[in-house]
Amino acid sequence: MSEVEVPLHRLAHSRAGDKGNRLNLSLIPYDPALYPILAEQVSEARVLALFRHRGATRCTRHDLPLLSAFNFVLDEVLEGGVNGSLNLDGHGKTHSFRLLSLTVRVPEALAPRG
Amino acid sequence: MFLLGNGAGFSGDRVDAPIPVLRTLIARGLPAAMFFETLGERTVALAHLEKRRDPALGYEPMLERLLEPILAPAHAHRIPLLGNWGAANPPAAARAVARLALAQGLPGLRIGLVEGDDVTALVAGGQLPVHEADAGLDMGAWSLIAANAYIGAEPLVEALRLGADVVVAGRTSDPALAIAPLAHHFGWRFDDWQALAVGAAAGHLLECGSQVTGGVFWDPGVKDIPDPANIGFPIAEVTAEGGLLITKAENTGGLVDLRTVKEQLLYELHDPAHYVTPDVVLDITRCTLAQEGPDRVAVRGLIGHPRPETLKVTASFEGSWLGEGEVSVAGPNALARARATADVLLERLRRRGLSVRARVDLIGVASVHDSDAGVLWRAYEGPEPPDIRIRLAVESARRDDADQAAREVLALLCCGTAGTGGARWRVTPRILTQSHLVLRERVPTRVTVREAREFAA
Repeated sequence: MSEVEVPLHRLAHSRAGDKGNRLNLSLIPYDPALYPILAEQVSEARVLALFRHRGATRCTRHDLPLLSAFNFVLDEVLEGGVNGSLNLDGHGKTHSFRLLSLTVRVPEALAPRG
Repeated sequence: MFLLGNGAGFSGDRVDAPIPVLRTLIARGLPAAMFFETLGERTVALAHLEKRRDPALGYEPMLERLLEPILAPAHAHRIPLLGNWGAANPPAAARAVARLALAQGLPGLRIGLVEGDDVTALVAGGQLPVHEADAGLDMGAWSLIAANAYIGAEPLVEALRLGADVVVAGRTSDPALAIAPLAHHFGWRFDDWQALAVGAAAGHLLECGSQVTGGVFWDPGVKDIPDPANIGFPIAEVTAEGGLLITKAENTGGLVDLRTVKEQLLYELHDPAHYVTPDVVLDITRCTLAQEGPDRVAVRGLIGHPRPETLKVTASFEGSWLGEGEVSVAGPNALARARATADVLLERLRRRGLSVRARVDLIGVASVHDSDAGVLWRAYEGPEPPDIRIRLAVESARRDDADQAAREVLALLCCGTAGTGGARWRVTPRILTQSHLVLRERVPTRVTVREAREFAA
């Protein structure tokens, strides 16, 4: 079957939360059939690379197959967090949409139209 | 069955949100309570500073506005209201509720005051270990504002047991505000980890208000919600058998579905097997969700583990100064003018020898996702944005340096690139926080329940 490359934003949703200088990002596919594909392609290493410019030192992915969801935890990504950050978004609330800008390759049948 | 409504998810939430929640609870006619979570880590520090300026203040500034329309109907229908509105000054908040009750002709309204979360003396005396997550922070240079422990649900239950119609607390854990009315109603023991896990999950899902009913969820054209200007706040249905279902206020916007509940379930969660609260450690690794009807999602498979021996403490400190300045460019060649402006601002700070840590954002090109070094806007190769705002942010231990740095943006009105305008600048004090741990027996709480007429006296 042929594959297409699409941004995660078309396949999944996400929310960011913070505690100190640690950020968590959920990743929730709209279609549970996408869960194994995201599990394979949205690796800890890829997500860490996405936030490397911010000084992220570690990325841990917790898999929740019963909820068809992933939880990414990133350390040192908030440049000091609300304590020290000079960023307008010290809490990192906007980073869910940086994660959703990653692309993944999916079978055409699973790619949403539009 | 017991109904638990949420009326606020943070200090600054929509003040008219509690009204449809209470209306729904009354219409359903079941035993019910409402809770309000209005206390962030920094909110409590700001409240302590306000209390220093005026000993009658230092509690939630929207308290009266939130309670004014709901106090009398909640009292009439025996629906207790609980909140951590007390912030730095729970007694002052209790007096404010008492004044409101008297003004509404409710002198017999019973107010429960929960105190004891203030552990400033223990932190000042260096008696508490620093939480491992903050081990790298050195607060030696800064002056302590206050320290408060996240207390659990037990003193709140005591206030309800003594007949409180309104429970006013300071720094409670967020889920404790939800666990307390459930534990009181169902008679849960505080070592019934399974029951407490249901309460903690209800609290976690509801504590941010609309975040489980469509708030910070809606993504126009992708994840639409009905009437985002009137999102209904959440209500949990809890049964004696430990059933938990999330729904929302009737005749409101927003929605409750698997997507909204999943986003909030994972919000601010790290290890899904260990969500630590003062009352129970919640494990959601076996959790499943089911849509049981429109705006109705059942939550099953929650697991509870014994609570920790320690409570988390947040200590706040008066820190350095934040200077910020912004200016705009727009139209042809805006990107080149913005980049040049950014470089000139950083060069000015260097030439003047100002002792600051600095960052520049090009809002409209890259800002919130960027790093302090501006990696993204420097590398940007996309189309030219029509309108860019240049933001300088600096931090300094010296107020004057932060101020002088921020004023460099102002000077651009004459010295800047062609077509530079819209300058704004300001300097604000920063509040730093550091987490500690304290053994729970070192945080004795006090519960006082009295009628409004006595509190107001």
